[in-house]
Amino acid sequence: MNSLSTGKYLPNPRIPVLFSAAVLAAALLPLIMDPFTTISATNVFIYIVITLSWALFSGPTQYISIATAAFFGIGIYTSALAGELMPFPLVVCLGGVVSFVLALLVGLSTLRLKGMYFTIFTFGLSELIRHFVLWWEVVMTGTVGRWVVSVDPIPVYYTMLVILVVTISFCFFIGRSRYGLALRSIGQSEEAADHMGINITAVKINVFAITAFFAGATGSTMATRWTYIDPSIAFNPLFSFMPVLMAIFGGIGSITGQIIGAAVLTLLADLLLTEFPYYYMLIYGIILVVVILFLPGGIVGLWDSMKKRRRTETNENT
Amino acid sequence: MSHSDTLLRVDKISISFGGLAVLTDVNLKVDEGELVGLIGPNGAGKSTLFNVISSIYKPDTGDVFLKGKKITGIAPHKLCRMGISRTYQLVKTFNKMTALENVMVGAIYGHKHGGSDAKTRAIDAMSLVGIEDKQNILVSHLTLSDRRLVEVARSLASSPLVTLLDEPMAGLNVSEIKTLLTVIKRAREERKISILWVEHKVDAIFRTCDRVAVLNYGAKIADGKPEEIAKDSKVIEAYLGESLTRN
Repeated sequence: MNSLSTGKYLPNPRIPVLFSAAVLAAALLPLIMDPFTTISATNVFIYIVITLSWALFSGPTQYISIATAAFFGIGIYTSALAGELMPFPLVVCLGGVVSFVLALLVGLSTLRLKGMYFTIFTFGLSELIRHFVLWWEVVMTGTVGRWVVSVDPIPVYYTMLVILVVTISFCFFIGRSRYGLALRSIGQSEEAADHMGINITAVKINVFAITAFFAGATGSTMATRWTYIDPSIAFNPLFSFMPVLMAIFGGIGSITGQIIGAAVLTLLADLLLTEFPYYYMLIYGIILVVVILFLPGGIVGLWDSMKKRRRTETNENT
Repeated sequence: MSHSDTLLRVDKISISFGGLAVLTDVNLKVDEGELVGLIGPNGAGKSTLFNVISSIYKPDTGDVFLKGKKITGIAPHKLCRMGISRTYQLVKTFNKMTALENVMVGAIYGHKHGGSDAKTRAIDAMSLVGIEDKQNILVSHLTLSDRRLVEVARSLASSPLVTLLDEPMAGLNVSEIKTLLTVIKRAREERKISILWVEHKVDAIFRTCDRVAVLNYGAKIADGKPEEIAKDSKVIEAYLGESLTRN
């Protein structure tokens, strides 16, 4: 494979070292910290995974999908249905696979749509799935909610850690590979990409489906912590919007930015929810508005422009 | 019926949009190594013919052949791997990528053998058009003329048999046009590729091309050596008739 020096994904030798150190620290966390921290970290992992998987496809291609909730929810329902039938790791994989297949079908039917039409369709689709599941449960099974086989917080934490490591590595390598190049080309001129020999339909559908795998596996894992689910919990549209907001907040073009955005906003939401339960949404909303108005490049963009400013200042001084 | 050295052949292409006939029974061929110019007044159907060849439109009747093989309506990405690359009148570069990355797309995806030695081919194509020193610059920071060159390099990196140039001179100034003309000549000499070149600037076409075809109101009205075409009464009428009445 040809390595492309893109500037954005620097082939920095420190990255693997830092990454391994962070994974090791995360692996030791439940041993040294209290259960609350472990659960809170699990929560952060969930949002990082769905943000990364959303941004892997929607970031470079500019096909803004708001169907994450559908794939996440499918994972949750897979967990509810298959939780008693097979061991936990298998349930997680199955959740990913079911979401993958669904995304493949969705991709085949929607990825010919462009821009706004694609976005609206993905939103409509997740709502459709939610209402379909609700209808099915009420009419066919005669109930609304379901119990999910519960799993302890520690195994859930480690499962999420594994999914997180796989997702980050996958995003990193895809971004630097020829597929990353193809995805970015599609985002900037689909017609030119097509005429330069990229099978745009295949690239889009495959990558879209793979990102759904991660969201589905995450859903399957998390369902075991909630124990009770119903369609409005599993297919909560917030799971579609949060990855978009978190990626924009952190910086849509960089993996580091997406991780920071997801982590900061998740922790912030937890903090606000416990400290200011009545004003939580209000404060959260104001912060988001301010960031989007004043930091178009997200946190990473702010960091970059600060670095640039410092560099020009030192140049002027010398 | 196929000549041994005919590379690209357009056979009796007709296409209409909502009852408006844009092309009627157009025949055209490009031989191996040949530089063919395609001219015609505004709305003559030049771009439509290009879009038929590059599979954006499927013709109502007629077929396109590459080396005697029918390629009508084949998916554009396959077309590129078979050896037809193109540039656009309104430049379609990947603006948030560096010049090298743009050209790499052509080298990796536009070529049958894909990734192997793609970088070498990309850099070769860039030096051929003379932008090898701009490899790491974002295309959005380049001038229109350099973007055109990036497009040409991207297309050359896919090692095409034939390249379609859609009004490459549009919007360029005199010295930029000169540069691009040298690039076209050099690409042809070094790569032995065939070129089908649509252009509004008739003088550039007459000076450079081996053969010139003229479209008017969707029909081919002339096809021959530049000096013959310059004297052709129908061509003069199509072009000058227009400007005489305007004056």
